[in-house]
Amino acid sequence: KLLTHNFLASNVVGVRQGYPLRLAATAVQTREVDFSADFVRNVFGRVDYGVLREAAAGIGAGDQLPMEPDALTNEDFLRQMHHVLLEIEVVEGSLTCPESGRVFPIVNGIPNMLLTEDEV
Amino acid sequence: VPRRAPELLTPPPHPCLLLDVGCGSGLSGEELSEHGHQWIGMDISADMLAVAREREVDGDVYLADAGQGVVFRPGMFDGAVSISCIQWLCNADKAAHNPRKRLARFFSTLYTSLARGGRAVFQFYPENPDQVEMITASAMRAGFSGGLVIDYPNSTKRKKYFLVLFAGSSPERPNNEMPQPLDDANEAGNANGTVPFTNERREHRYTGKMRRTAKDRDWVLHKKETARRRGQDVVPDTKYTGRRRGPKF
Repeated sequence: KLLTHNFLASNVVGVRQGYPLRLAATAVQTREVDFSADFVRNVFGRVDYGVLREAAAGIGAGDQLPMEPDALTNEDFLRQMHHVLLEIEVVEGSLTCPESGRVFPIVNGIPNMLLTEDEV
Repeated sequence: VPRRAPELLTPPPHPCLLLDVGCGSGLSGEELSEHGHQWIGMDISADMLAVAREREVDGDVYLADAGQGVVFRPGMFDGAVSISCIQWLCNADKAAHNPRKRLARFFSTLYTSLARGGRAVFQFYPENPDQVEMITASAMRAGFSGGLVIDYPNSTKRKKYFLVLFAGSSPERPNNEMPQPLDDANEAGNANGTVPFTNERREHRYTGKMRRTAKDRDWVLHKKETARRRGQDVVPDTKYTGRRRGPKF
């Protein structure tokens, strides 16, 4: 989910700014999640909007968000945010650390963030 | 257990974003979803996560080792839950594993990824008192406040260890009060540890009405049927069978 992507960082040893991870997707699906305006409002302050928009564009869902974040009283905007954050799932793809170039594969919707011993 | 964790977490009433460490197949996560929260789960077992995906849990799951740290931007989560997981961090499964380092890395990265005033609840099964000490000490060193809550301390079976941690305090939740542990004495609604009197057993004792004393028609018919099955000579059943004789003068 793009919510997770927006929060995840890379923690390979020696990496200072492991954020944002570059998201690439070969398979994407949408699954409905119950809408809660309160949740979107609560989480909005922590979401990096630029990163979210870029990631959504990267997997072909960029047109579903406006260029600039709208007011949080706008129900339509909250629903758009909800859809992009929680309902779009990358099933197959990869996350790439911007600094070290380490690739974390996404298989069956599960990002593999395991590190090998020399990366800890 | 999953029911007790959100209770100890006492999150704010609005829906939150929570982290489930060692989410497994998403059982604990489902409980969080029921409370209306969104959650992100991490687990070291790809198989368990595949089961979670199959069950279509609401949360998002990813594969990671808690001992390698929680990899998120700072201040992202309102709280964290973990059910029967952190005792594994005390084990050194590989030569390169150092339990103390792994615990320290886990707690310090968790501390940063929690928002101020965030809470974390860990339910775990310690192997020995040293493990409890090691885990709590590691959490305190990472900057958490809080401590252990032990439910049913006098019962071997129901005894549960909860580590309740507070990541600083926020204006929203200024007082970090430790939750009360569950206990048999508490449950009976009695704080001073005595057991209140109940007459539960007395009610179940046979009372005069419940006991069947009369050898009524059903009883007689049953007796005769049994005798017939044994091949004995039995008089046929009539309307007089088992009928009470009139009072004798």
